[in-house]
Amino acid sequence: MSKGLLLAVSLGAATVALVAMGTMWPIPAAAAYAGGGSLLRSSSTPEAAVQNLGDEIRMNAWQKAYDSLANKAQFTEPQFVHDLTGTYPSLRTYATLENFDVQPLHASTDEAEMRMNLHWSSVVGAFTSTRDVHVVRNGDRWEAEWPIEKEPVLPPQVIPVNYLRWDVIYRGAGDDWGAQDVEAPHVRIVDMHPVQRAEGVVILGELLNEDVVPAYVSVTATLQSKSGATIETEGSFDRISHILLPKQVTPFFINFPDRTLSEVGSVRMTPLSQLVPASADPVIEIQDERLNPAPDASLTGQLSNQSGQVVNVAHVLATFYDKNGQVVWVADQYIDRALLPQTPVPFSIHIPEDLARKVSTERTVTSSYSSGGTQ
Amino acid sequence: MRPGLTFLLGSLALAATPLAMAQGANLTVPKSVEAGNAFSIQSAGSGKGTLYIIGPGDLLKRDVQLGETTSFPSGALYNAGHYLVILAGGSSTENASFDVVPASQPANLSFLAKPSRLQVGLHNGITGSVYVFDAYQNLVSAPTPVSFELTNPAGEVQKRTVTTHDGSAWTEMDSTAKEGADRFVARAGGVSGARVIGQVPGDPCGLKMNAQQQGQQILLETAPVRDCSGNAVPDGTIITFTETYDGAESTVDAPLKRGIAKVAMPAHRGARISIASGVVMGNEIRWEK
Repeated sequence: MSKGLLLAVSLGAATVALVAMGTMWPIPAAAAYAGGGSLLRSSSTPEAAVQNLGDEIRMNAWQKAYDSLANKAQFTEPQFVHDLTGTYPSLRTYATLENFDVQPLHASTDEAEMRMNLHWSSVVGAFTSTRDVHVVRNGDRWEAEWPIEKEPVLPPQVIPVNYLRWDVIYRGAGDDWGAQDVEAPHVRIVDMHPVQRAEGVVILGELLNEDVVPAYVSVTATLQSKSGATIETEGSFDRISHILLPKQVTPFFINFPDRTLSEVGSVRMTPLSQLVPASADPVIEIQDERLNPAPDASLTGQLSNQSGQVVNVAHVLATFYDKNGQVVWVADQYIDRALLPQTPVPFSIHIPEDLARKVSTERTVTSSYSSGGTQ
Repeated sequence: MRPGLTFLLGSLALAATPLAMAQGANLTVPKSVEAGNAFSIQSAGSGKGTLYIIGPGDLLKRDVQLGETTSFPSGALYNAGHYLVILAGGSSTENASFDVVPASQPANLSFLAKPSRLQVGLHNGITGSVYVFDAYQNLVSAPTPVSFELTNPAGEVQKRTVTTHDGSAWTEMDSTAKEGADRFVARAGGVSGARVIGQVPGDPCGLKMNAQQQGQQILLETAPVRDCSGNAVPDGTIITFTETYDGAESTVDAPLKRGIAKVAMPAHRGARISIASGVVMGNEIRWEK
């Protein structure tokens, strides 16, 4: 009892002491976030100038960030903010800058090139954007020139769209149990392939909507041991295009971390489908898809929104096949910017180095989300 | 009061169970009663007694004069099942049992037709199951003929007659080659149920596109897309256009609109353009302009 009392008193005293120390001598970051100071350092070097800019962006101190730029005459503050957060609502609009790093590329006495890797966090995971920032000396200070990427302004126009949409009337709650309901869409797994990866077992495959109505789909897989016992069940989560229009095919990717293929006797696949209202628009063209070899193997291309509607979030899913047509990998990327009509937006999907040599062909699909509806 | 009554009836039922199948010497009950019909029970002896009829979902209690006939009007018992009759009079208890059977005339059908939507030309693709009930929702267990009729929009009829077994009957039908809404009807004893079966086109057949130059782009347009039975594939069906050129590829998933799909893709000399829908491949074009 006396030992417990002693421990409690010691912990209380230590807490009081630490609070007092933190109040009297706060670290710069804490002081800055408490509004009592600034994280910013003197912009006496190119690195410091870019670091300051990054800190201001992270704190959403748009005016300070804009005022610190050397080339602010070339654009307005709203344009600068829209460059970072998007003019139209997009994944970027709802993302926060988690952190950033700065790499010097080139420096002389009066100017320098710095690479800023901005690491954003969003509801669908982290993504990184890279900007090469030119920094110039101005007296005893260095100032960054922001490489503005102005979003194109579309001329006012009318784009006619034959708006194709499915609506559904389901059976009523008071209907007899024998009464008909709308039939769930018929979907079929057309390919399935378990793969052993360092991080665990991965189930890759493709799902076809073979019906004439749209389907909301998902796939679950259950690993069974050689004795038939269930090991684990996992779903495809977001590595699938959930809305499938008639005769559309989506890849799926199901991950079983920390499992080995040797312990698996069989895999039970369960495709789920539900009839949902959907729209056949917008149509998105995937242009200039290229498989780039290792090192840094990737699939690159551009998305072009062929409709008149702004797409707020686009999701690109790529299926990679070997020379025999077997699925060897599925990867995806969310596009952080809104897709404006007829305006290509690039994407780049990483391919694991060990699989890059096996990849012979690929197939890419997109799903998109527009405010006020999904497709 | 209610728990007391329940306890009394339960005790009486338990006490009488071993004799339930026996006809009481002083109690005459019908062997069976059709659900909802009037019936009567004759008792012997003299004095007053209480008659209990206990069955699935029903309980009747009557104060009776022993030696007289107790009548029960139509609708007194309507749940089919086995009923126990207990006559408690003075110091003795008599018991007997009888069955309430479903009415022989069907009054309702529960008709399950699956699927409500399927492709044309599928053998035994449509299943119809019928459960026959009387007016009191008792499953009619007596064999009852059920006729199934599937009529397509062209007026062609498929017919089957199946006799129920334990109250149910089922059959299979083929989907025909013509798309449209089929009417699927089941009939039994003057009662019928109808369902609608949507027959939808199958996979595209002979998928073909044409290409023509439009400025810096190729305008690709399919011919009207039909299945192998000649039905127009519905709008919204995805047609995938793939253009391969110089080690790169462009893809568009375009929905059918007004029976055709069309897209504009960049024109690249020597490009190969293919078309597909689901797992069905179409023609391929080599662009040399």
